[in-house]
Amino acid sequence: MTAPLHDTDAAQTAAVDLAADLPVKAIEGRSPWRIAWIRLRRDKFALAGGTVVVLLILVALFAPLIVGALGHPPNEFHEDQIDPLFSTPKGSWGGINSDFLFGVEPTNGRDVFSRIVYGARVSLLVAFLSAVVAVVIGTVFGIVAGFFGGWVDAVISRVMDLLLAFPQLLFIIALVSVVPDSLWGLTGSGVRMGVLIAVIGFFGWPYIGRIVRGQTLSLREREYVEAARSLGAGRGYILFRELLPNLVAPITVYTTLMIPTNVLTEAALSFLGTGVKPPTASWGEMLARAVDHYEADPIFMIIPGLAIFVTVLAFNLFGDGVRDALDPKGSR
Amino acid sequence: MFAYIVRRLFAVIVMLLVVILVTFGIFFAIPKFTGSDPALMYVGKQADPAAIEGIRQKLGLGEPILEQFWNFVRGIFAGRDYASANDSVHCPAPCFGYSFRHESPIWPELTSRLPVTLSLAGGACVLWVTGGVLTGVVSALKRGTVWDRTAMTVALSGVSLPIYFTALLSLAVFKYKLGWVGGEYTSFGDDPGSWFGGLILPWVTLAFLYAAMYARLTRATMLEVLGEDYIRTARAKGLAEPVVIGKHAMRSTMTPILTVLGMDLGALVGGAILTETAFSLPGLGQAAVAAINERDLPMILGVTLITASAVVFANLVVDLLYAVIDPRVRLS
Repeated sequence: MTAPLHDTDAAQTAAVDLAADLPVKAIEGRSPWRIAWIRLRRDKFALAGGTVVVLLILVALFAPLIVGALGHPPNEFHEDQIDPLFSTPKGSWGGINSDFLFGVEPTNGRDVFSRIVYGARVSLLVAFLSAVVAVVIGTVFGIVAGFFGGWVDAVISRVMDLLLAFPQLLFIIALVSVVPDSLWGLTGSGVRMGVLIAVIGFFGWPYIGRIVRGQTLSLREREYVEAARSLGAGRGYILFRELLPNLVAPITVYTTLMIPTNVLTEAALSFLGTGVKPPTASWGEMLARAVDHYEADPIFMIIPGLAIFVTVLAFNLFGDGVRDALDPKGSR
Repeated sequence: MFAYIVRRLFAVIVMLLVVILVTFGIFFAIPKFTGSDPALMYVGKQADPAAIEGIRQKLGLGEPILEQFWNFVRGIFAGRDYASANDSVHCPAPCFGYSFRHESPIWPELTSRLPVTLSLAGGACVLWVTGGVLTGVVSALKRGTVWDRTAMTVALSGVSLPIYFTALLSLAVFKYKLGWVGGEYTSFGDDPGSWFGGLILPWVTLAFLYAAMYARLTRATMLEVLGEDYIRTARAKGLAEPVVIGKHAMRSTMTPILTVLGMDLGALVGGAILTETAFSLPGLGQAAVAAINERDLPMILGVTLITASAVVFANLVVDLLYAVIDPRVRLS
């Protein structure tokens, strides 16, 4: 959404670049991916979003190192930081000081900074892996429905309609809550996270599936598919070598735009108490705890809220940029 | 037209039956799969074996899923008796299940909560459709200007903010700091003034999120429509710009917006789970969360059905409205 604002600027720079390049270099073909990359590089908002995304991933990956250097273990209580009378943090601004960068949690004095850093792990892990689940199921069913048509298409399309008619959040909450704490030898937050990933991913696939099906429907009638078929290509070859590469662009776009939605869903579930199990840190769970304290200690509510906001905004900016960059109509 | 409606209504009924069947399947299959007892989930952990056995008999949990399904559907039209060896409870038609947790039929509970959710969804919908569509149209017409950039930045932030965070923020500012609004939910019949006062904050908060989405969608669609040949034709005919935009461009811009509106409204009627939880509104969403926390499966089934019906009917209405709004659509 941000890129079209700069279309005119981009077009002008493109024209200037072209003029500058022409005398020196011979004209060379640019692959669609190269064109997309050039466009993405010019989109300042998308680049900013992408940078934040990379930083967040690094923070999540190196959480123990960062917390070791700048914070305290995420589940360590610091009652000395808490005012015993009101059970709010000592000092103003939620107890922010050089030792506790984002302040401390009311009542028990846990380090908010390290809980935010560890919360990024949960948030990104669930968001990425559930997007992968959705993309894999959605692509397989979408491409099969679009390519084979007939009753296969009818069945898959009806299933997708049905899933989209379900109250998703309600179902996710209900499903997560009927799964017991230990399953197949796994226990604790491992099970919860696995269930979250599976369930969020499962309810996300029809969105990708519909797009892929629609694209496949139009692609399978193209001449190059006809050509491949007349040269004796089998179904598998047409599906994986002819159709799939042309579906990568829309799939990429919807994946990048699905991740922020998944971040919000995971946080919402943790907010409602059906996300990861405490004491594992999660941004949504921190917000839920902040509900009891936000009149006395608003900082404890604002920090996890901002963490979610910044993450989702960064992914959205980046996703919008990727979409505009991959849009074949964008070069007008 | 009439034949179309009849055919669609038939499809709606089939769809709802499948929704009941799938919901049934999920909540009866999952406990079996994970090795817990569904009857146990209806009564809670402390219940004695006799009570559990009674409920198993009353619900017919020993019977095959299809037979349970048939009894449920019959209960909707004819009412139903839940009988065990010792006692029996009657659930009058329309019987959408019986909550053994609260020892009351589901239907009266649902109908008492529906007005809250309808008030919330309806009021917010009016706000977000006017606000979002207007912003989107103006942004598209003034593409690239300061107005457009500002509006789209606000909109992107809006879609990136989790509703439970904005809800807490607005409560902290407007209710506790400024004291402008307040009060619990009051029904419209009791006191329209305090009904409005209690809902204005939830309305604005919910509408802000959706207005942001609709503004982005409207802007994108409007820009696409403005590039179409028939708009050029309309301008070439010498039509005044307000007529070109208001009459010709708006009609096809509204089609995708209506699609999304149908799905969103349908989903909201089933309970704006997060908004209702954050503002403690006694609507369907709150009932659903409570039911999930208490493992009150009949109640979950009831809310799911209401939501699914709302989504399916909203989609039907939207499809009918297409033909009214967009002259290119002909129902057959």
